[in-house]
This record gives sequence, C-alpha cells and structure tokens, in this order.
Amino acid sequence: MSLSHEQTINHYLESYKAFEKSLNGDSSLPIHSLRDEAITRFAEMGFPTKTDEEWRFTNVSEIAAKRFEIPTLGAGFPEREAKTEKFVFEDLKGPRLVFINGIFAKNLSRLTQSGSDVIVKQLSSALSEHPDLVSAHLGRYISSGVNGFAALSLAFMRDGLFLSVPDGVVLEDAIQVLFVSTEAESEIATYPRNLMIVGSNCRVSIVESYVCIADDSYFTNAVTEIVVGENSVVEHDKFQNESVNAFHIAATHIHQAAHSNYVSNSIAVGGRLVRNDITAVLDAERSECTLNGLSVATGNQLIDNHTTIDHAKANCQSHELYKAVLDGNARGVFNGKIFVRKDAQKTDAKQTNQTLLLSDDATIDTKPQLEIFADDVKCTHGATVGQLDSDQLFYLRTRGIPESKARDILTFAFASDVVSRVKLDALRDQLEAFVHAKLDASRRTNGS
Amino acid sequence: MLKVKNLHASVEGNEILRGIDLEVSAGEVHAIMGPNGSGKSTLAQVLAGRDTYEVTRGEIFLNGKNLLELDPEERAHEGLFLAFQYPVEIPGVTNTYFLKAALNAIRKSRGQDELDAIDFLALVKERMKIVELDQSLLNRPVNEGFSGGEKKRNEIFQMAVLDPMLAVLDETDSGLDIDALRIVADGVNRLRRKDNATIVVTHYQRLLNYIVPDFVHVLVEGRIVKSGGKELALELEEKGYDWIRNGSETTQPAGIG
Repeated sequence: MSLSHEQTINHYLESYKAFEKSLNGDSSLPIHSLRDEAITRFAEMGFPTKTDEEWRFTNVSEIAAKRFEIPTLGAGFPEREAKTEKFVFEDLKGPRLVFINGIFAKNLSRLTQSGSDVIVKQLSSALSEHPDLVSAHLGRYISSGVNGFAALSLAFMRDGLFLSVPDGVVLEDAIQVLFVSTEAESEIATYPRNLMIVGSNCRVSIVESYVCIADDSYFTNAVTEIVVGENSVVEHDKFQNESVNAFHIAATHIHQAAHSNYVSNSIAVGGRLVRNDITAVLDAERSECTLNGLSVATGNQLIDNHTTIDHAKANCQSHELYKAVLDGNARGVFNGKIFVRKDAQKTDAKQTNQTLLLSDDATIDTKPQLEIFADDVKCTHGATVGQLDSDQLFYLRTRGIPESKARDILTFAFASDVVSRVKLDALRDQLEAFVHAKLDASRRTNGS
Repeated sequence: MLKVKNLHASVEGNEILRGIDLEVSAGEVHAIMGPNGSGKSTLAQVLAGRDTYEVTRGEIFLNGKNLLELDPEERAHEGLFLAFQYPVEIPGVTNTYFLKAALNAIRKSRGQDELDAIDFLALVKERMKIVELDQSLLNRPVNEGFSGGEKKRNEIFQMAVLDPMLAVLDETDSGLDIDALRIVADGVNRLRRKDNATIVVTHYQRLLNYIVPDFVHVLVEGRIVKSGGKELALELEEKGYDWIRNGSETTQPAGIG
C-alpha cells in the first residue's frame, strides 16, 4: 500500500484538513497562518529524495510511502499513562512535560514554576497565552522552506515544550520533556515542537527524550528551536530510544548571542531510520558551542547525524565530538559542516568523528565539510573508523578477562566517552545503563 | 612448573623462535638475555598467547597444562602473568575497574567467590605499597597519560594484585631511571615465594643486580645458545653479545641468518 508522490501530498493535505478541525478555536489564532503557509510549502516540495545532497545517504522514501495518521486521544489514555511512568527520569526534580503520542499527559507532568517569571508550559497553551513571544521566535530559525520535514513540522505544529527564561535566572533543576510513543490504532505521525527562549545571564539545563513502549511503526517529526541570550549557559541533553520500527526525524536549531555557551549531548540508540539535524549559529562574538553525540545502532538501524556550526562572528569557539558504535547491518551517517564567515576571525573550531564497527556488515558514511571564508582561524577535523583495538583486547585478556567481557569493556569505554560528558549525575547514570543495555542486547543477538 | 620444548614460532612466515627449550621450577628466577631482535619479546608474547605469532612446532606446559590449547585469559587463570614491555593504554577504563574485573575473572575460574568492593579496595591499598604506586593512578584510565616509569610500576602492581604462579617480565627495566628500577625490582623480590617463579627478559644486565637470577639463558637468533648461573650475565656485560654470537656460529653453523 505504498503511496505515489501525488498520493503522499494528497494524504498530508487531507490530514491537514482533519488536523485543522481538531484544533477547534485555535485555528483562528493569528499564528495559524504559519501552519497554512507551511502546508502549502510542503505540497510544493514533498519529502526530500536521494538526489538532494543533504539526503544522499538517507533514503526517506519509506516515510513518504506510508499513510501516517494524526493520533487521536482515544480511549485507554490513563492506561498508557501508567505504562509511561517508568520512562520519566525520576531523579530529575525540576519541571517536566510528558507527551504520549503527541498528546499532553497531565498526570505525569509537573509544571511547578521555579521562578515567578519563568514560563514552562505546553506550547499549545503558549500559542494563545503568549502569542507575541511565540510568534517572535517560532519558525524563525528553522524555515519551513528547508525541506518537507520542516514544513510538515510547522504545519502540524501543536504541542511540545515552551520555555521562556527571563534575564538573570539560574534554574537549579533541569527541565524535562519526554515524548512517548505507544500502541496507536494505526501508524501515527507526531510533530513534537519545542521552543526555548533563554534570556541573558541565565543558566538552564534541558533534558529532551523520545522513547517507546512497544516496537510499533510510527513517525516522529520533531523540531526544537533554542535561543540563547548573552552570557547564558544552556546544557541540552537529548536521549532517543524510539522503537526499532520507528522513523525519527529531528531538527534542532540553536541561535547564540554574545558570550553564550551552549552544550548539546545527543544520545541515540533507537529508531529504524533516524535523522538528527543540529544547527548552531554563533551569531555574536565570544560565544561557544559544544556538540557531542553518540549513536549505538544494531540490526538494520540507520542513524544519520547532520551537524552545522555556523561561525558568523569573530572570536567564537566550537567543539564537536560525534561517536558511533555500529553492529549487525547497521548504518551510520555523519556529516559535520563548519562555516566560518568572512567576519569570523579568530575562530577556533574542532571536530572529531569516531566510529567503532563491531561487525563486517556495519557501515558508516562520514563527511566533514569545512567552508572557511576568514583567514585568521584555527579549524581542525578528524575522522576515524575502526574495530576494537587488538592490542587492548590482548592486554585485557592476559589479565584473565574473558574475550567477550574484554570486548564489552572496550566498547562501553568508547561509548561512555560521550555519555560521561553529561553533567547531570542522575541522568548520566541512567543513560549509561541504557547504553549498556543496548550493547548487551546487541551482543546477545549476534551471539558473540 | 614451566616446560617449553622445541618451541618454534613465526610471524608472517618468518621464523623467529627456532627451537626453544626451557624448564622453570617453583621458587626459581630465570633471566633471558639477548641482543635486539633475538626473539626475547616474541617468546614472552607467545607464552602469553598472542595470536599474531604462529607456533609451528613444540610444546608449552604450565603445571601439566598444555598452554598452546588455551586462550590468553585461560593462561592467566592457570597462573601466568606477562608484564608488558609496552603497557597498553586503555582510555575510558579506570585502573581499579580493570583490575577488579581481572581479579574476579581469575577467582571465578578457580571457583572462588568474587571480591566485593570493600575487600577489593583493602587488597589494592595493601599491594600498592609494594611498588609505591601513587593512589591517584588508581582512578585514572589504565596507563593513559602515565609516565614510562608509572606504566612499569603499574604492571608490577597488577602482578601483586593478581598473584601469579609464573610471572614473565618483558624488558621491565627499559625506560626506568635508577630509583624507579630499584622500586620495581624490590617489588618483584617481595613477591617471590617458594611456590612461584619469575622469568626476567632483559637486554641489559643492570636489572639483574637487583633481581638476582638463579639461571641465565642467552637467546640469539631464536635459540638459547648458552645457559648458566648469574655470573653468565656479568660475563655478557663484560664481553658483549658478539662473544656469544661468534661462539654460537661455531656450534650452530647452519640455519643462521
């Protein structure tokens, strides 16, 4: 039952009509015009194809060919809430928003305000309650003209995390947003949309996660826009453990002001076809950006990370470390763009991409892409692809450690290099446990 | 304890060991000396089970067990320990985690209970003193960023914790200043017992001033060409390897070179 190009467009146009109806009065808000423009854009563009340079290694025709539906609240929501509870990072004591199949789960969420002027709420509420604030930023950083996914995200934009932190606020506790997919009547598409506006002189931690309850086939199309004000520090941890039959397409855009510091730790272990686009624009002097990523893929998974760091102004630094552990027939893609604009003198940019291949059939396509238009800069990049080091393996074994255990130790050490950069203790321990579990499961499957 | 008979080993078709015979009994220290390229390190690696070397002929028995049928970890379970000439750096794995995994794997293979964290730490603290290892090295990744001397001390520290029957020290003296050499040698001496044995592989005689061997074997071009007591090491130091090499050519005219 795969759809042709026209059928795909028509499917989403029809979906959009039904979606508009389900919005009830909210479709009369001024912001709704963004949705209308976006669906028109989508109808013009459709999904990207392999002839598109940005999608050369990742074929999304399977997504285009499927009839994903907009989820409905339906019966059984409380039961789903009960099953979801275990995915909440309980040790994180701050505000939390939980969405199940894209729908806000009130009983699992906690919207306590940490400061009177801090706004942590559902985007759907913010659309009507803070329309000026939202429309000043929403869709400004990721244009719906970028590709079909960005267009669909804006067209079907409804809910997600909205965060606004006024100047000079230090949030002690991390803010958690959790998207859970589970047991829908049909193959569903959800469009998580997060908007975070951080003022100047702030410190904020955000934990964004995507998990599933069963191995369903579904499509998550997530977009996150983050604005980091002057002198502010933002740590953003993303954990993705979608179903091995799911499609996860995500784009994150960070816009940084002077002297700001943004750190992203992106850990991806789930999903059948995964695409993470991260774009950081260092749009003022002396801002700093750190992008760390870990993919652990097995079986037939494909995890594609595209990062872009845009050094638009002088005296900025960026550090990037992306690692992948690939087993079975898994495929990895890493594309790391670094732009250094003409004005961005004294840029210091470092990019590292390392891949560990645990099987002969696993593959990685890695491509650093540096475009430098300034002449007084320091930019380095390096990519390595390899297997476990035989000297290290032998050394461990001569100490009595069995080969399989030695392999586990070395593989985990490779992966934990990224996980250990997560600063939140409680989260880091749990992420390490997830990565361990994933590597264990992989080893059992491959019987090695 | 150790019986090596007519051991031949090659790497990529080049024969490096050409018929080694060696017997080591409990309570003994044997030194294996030889010029560069004579096969000393190959012998050490072959004993430990490195698979880049192919054993083409011969036998290795440790306490009656045929080592050539055992994986490296199984040899360790039988009580073999190799102190590496170039200890390997393992980023991301702390020294304590690594040693605990090793010790418990060995204990498990012998049907002993695994040590819990408290007992393990007590053991580690006690054994650290043997080589005066700095406590801060315990929680650092294995050998990563260690100085040459720290790496060699770390090898002997591991030996102290794992308590092997037979320890093979491969060029443990290389890269050590005289103070570090004394500490390492002193550590090895303190671990000597009547029921264990040590093979010291070295190019120079100076380590043997501190670890006094019962027997000295001279390895040239893959064969033990001369064996004797500790005085042989001094003789070698004085006369150089050419003295042996020339001698060996007269007794072994064929198959050299």
